[in-house]
Amino acid sequence: MAQYKLIHCTINGKEVEKMVDVRASLTDLLRNDFHLTSVKKGCEVGECGACNVLIDGEAFNSCIYLAAWADGKHIRTLESLTGPGGEISDIQQAFMEETAIQCGFCTPGFIMTAVEILETKKLYTRDELRKLLSGHLCRCTGYENILNAVEKTMKRRLGVPVE
Amino acid sequence: MSIVGKSEIRVDAFDKATGRTKYYEDRMPAGALYARIKHSEIAHGFVKSVDTSEAEKIKGVVKVLTCFDAPEIDFPTAGHPWSMDPGHQDVADRRLLNTHVRYYGDDVAVVIAEDEVSAVQGVRAIKVEYEALPFVLDVQKAMEDGAPQLHEGYPNNILKHTSVRKGDYAAAIREPGLKKVEGWYDTPTVQHCHIENHGCFAYEENGRITVVSSTQIPHIVCRVVGQALGRPWADVQVIKPYIGGGFGNKQDALYEPLCAWCSTQVGGRPVRIDCSREETFVSNRVRHAIRFHIVSWIRPDGSMAARKVDLYSNQGAYASHGHSIVAKAMGSFPQLYPCDNMECDAYTVYTNIPAAGAMRGYGMPQASFANDSNIEECAHAVGMDPVEYRNRYIMPLGFEDGFSKNVNYYDSHRECLEKGKELIGYDEKIREFAKDTGDIRRGIGCASFWYNTAVWPIALETSSNRMLLNLDGTVTMQCGETEIGQGADTAFAQMAAEAIGLKSYKDVRVVSCQDTDTTPTGLGAYASRQTYVAGFSIRQTAEILRNKIFAYAEKLTRQSVGNMDVRDGNVVRKNDVKVLISLSELAMTAQYNPADSEHITAESTFTIKNNAYSFGCTFAEVEVDIPMCKVTVKNIVNVHDCGNLINPALAEAQVHGGMSMAIGYGLSEQLLFDQKTGRPLNNNLLDYKLSTVMDHPDLEAAFVENPEPTSVFGTKALGEPPACSGAPAIRNAIYNATGVALHKLPMNPHNLFAAFTEAGLIHDSWQEG
Repeated sequence: MAQYKLIHCTINGKEVEKMVDVRASLTDLLRNDFHLTSVKKGCEVGECGACNVLIDGEAFNSCIYLAAWADGKHIRTLESLTGPGGEISDIQQAFMEETAIQCGFCTPGFIMTAVEILETKKLYTRDELRKLLSGHLCRCTGYENILNAVEKTMKRRLGVPVE
Repeated sequence: MSIVGKSEIRVDAFDKATGRTKYYEDRMPAGALYARIKHSEIAHGFVKSVDTSEAEKIKGVVKVLTCFDAPEIDFPTAGHPWSMDPGHQDVADRRLLNTHVRYYGDDVAVVIAEDEVSAVQGVRAIKVEYEALPFVLDVQKAMEDGAPQLHEGYPNNILKHTSVRKGDYAAAIREPGLKKVEGWYDTPTVQHCHIENHGCFAYEENGRITVVSSTQIPHIVCRVVGQALGRPWADVQVIKPYIGGGFGNKQDALYEPLCAWCSTQVGGRPVRIDCSREETFVSNRVRHAIRFHIVSWIRPDGSMAARKVDLYSNQGAYASHGHSIVAKAMGSFPQLYPCDNMECDAYTVYTNIPAAGAMRGYGMPQASFANDSNIEECAHAVGMDPVEYRNRYIMPLGFEDGFSKNVNYYDSHRECLEKGKELIGYDEKIREFAKDTGDIRRGIGCASFWYNTAVWPIALETSSNRMLLNLDGTVTMQCGETEIGQGADTAFAQMAAEAIGLKSYKDVRVVSCQDTDTTPTGLGAYASRQTYVAGFSIRQTAEILRNKIFAYAEKLTRQSVGNMDVRDGNVVRKNDVKVLISLSELAMTAQYNPADSEHITAESTFTIKNNAYSFGCTFAEVEVDIPMCKVTVKNIVNVHDCGNLINPALAEAQVHGGMSMAIGYGLSEQLLFDQKTGRPLNNNLLDYKLSTVMDHPDLEAAFVENPEPTSVFGTKALGEPPACSGAPAIRNAIYNATGVALHKLPMNPHNLFAAFTEAGLIHDSWQEG
């Protein structure tokens, strides 16, 4: 019954080729076939944002994105932010320093949306950042420190003074 | 000596920031079978038959098990310490699968399959024939004569009724000149909504069962799995990896017993149960909806002559934590605003909704809403400023509770109220907002809360700890208190480093993953106890370790044990702090000494026989759009006296999370049920209305740091308290803005419309027709 399709895509900078079950989600593909376990499952219907990844630079809930649609796309997960020597990016460092992490389950999704925001190189207001981050649910932090981490990293990258 | 009290970065921050932290699903053995559950589609009734024939035909289905296959063993699920006194043991009313289904979502059968799709298809193919019975969803209706009965031996569905009697209520209300301030206060069913759903997997190894679970309480789950399967507890090993939040839902044995049993039914092969979000809302645990009736009799000066409080707690279909939640809620009333003449009665009542269990605050968000709403009305009744009223009548300095023996050592309530007032600018704002008229009105309000840190003397408080001196002079530490996201491991590392005399908290390697085969027994994350109780065993075990270090160092350095100390990871001579030997050199020498080898380790258990109050308040500022029935929180401040802060940044973060939960509790969250069928209506994150980052103002957390005298590190409860007083503070701010005293949570447009219409603030032309 299951149908399979061969897809070619780039995952975290590496070109891959994979037979995928056409019913499988991108979450399944990334977790099960590539062991990219930073991609978390909190609802599997696009409500919580824990499975968020970047597809051609744009944030998507991978749980409601079919693996088959990944053909020809550039996909980035949180794992891509860690360098070969284990060095981490400024946004990860900011999440650590701003105490923006508690249970850690929503963290990968939040950071990848933060990457999307930061890559626009725009200076957003705090209220605009709230809107941009509102696709993610977190029950631990009250979002306060997550917002601080994203705002501070944005300002540092743009050379804007951080209070 | 300053490792404790510093805002250090979490010990698990790097792994979590890089996504490499392993949760239960990330540790799944290859080839694990999928178990998926057939849930009841009626709210109450008997399963007459289960037709599994179609399900068994589906390719990939390995086995179908029904309620007629499950062992007839009743077991308790609550994450409480086991009591050796049968009279105090948790109610055992659960089975792995049920022929008598008691809520829409109860567990009837399970399909075990090679892949998830086959398992889900198998569940859909199962046909269940029911004998439907009448059901009851409302807590007071369930107490009526003739109401549908859920469990044998509990007339009128009353699981338990307890009372508080103080003075003479009947005589006291006859005092001339008293004002009666009476109200009903209703709180909703809500869910924990940790972002990681509960899940687990189980397999057999060497004749024993191993369960890896997303749980807060591995040692307790170990016991419950043994009880549920009718096997010796020692046959079970429970492993707890990192978990994606718990908030009390995972302070219960959830699907671990069923998962373990499934594995035994397929020859010990690994079996996984992964709750969907929809199942998590309904078939795990929820927060008790408690309805309160409060009658306060106050004198013209506002003082309380007598008070009557009735509490009706909706337990849902199974006992879980049962009466302990509403009992704690009731217990707060004679303490927070003491009164000489009180009559309190608390009832925990079975109904046909999902089972209620522990949730952050354990009855206190409910009690705080009812109590501080009524207190606000008392202040209004005598024309007194609400903060002034609280300052006058809230628990006095030196108050001692007769039962817990907790003492209010500092004037915490008044200090917190004072600080909150200043931070939010109460005096100016209350004057300014009083001028508001028209459709948009601003208001400001506050609420206080009462809390206990640990569970002593209601239940056992025990903490065990193991410390191993490593060859590099660091220390590996194991304890049963669990990291569930709150930052416990980091606090423990800081406390242990301080107690031993290490240079940094990074020199303590906290083994985060509890394994009941190797981790010394501790009972896990619940109440707000872990930092408090672990402090005792950490200090005691560190002392043992230090003494062993000194004993070995004496052989190497010829210095007297009594003249040694450990500072910054070195054994030093007291007074002049001359380094005698580093811990690293000592450990290497001791380990590899051909004549006298020793791995320097220490282990001990501490039974904690005291508890500690933890108090604070919330101030909230709101803007109410009356025609839109919409409330916007503009500012919110929580102030806590949780004693000394072990890690101020983590403490602040903990408060933010609790405040967020309280805002959701106040304004938007509730689990709804179809009154005609008992079916849950909004058991998903889209319709449930969890707060997003757009639903909050910036959250402000502040502290009054009075060192707790009974605590090793001067610290006390902070995990749950931040979730307690937010909703009533918002409620009182709405009262201040509109003059409408609300009596029901959540204060969403739906409920505000009814209240504003009744108060004549809005006129619905359709209704007036």
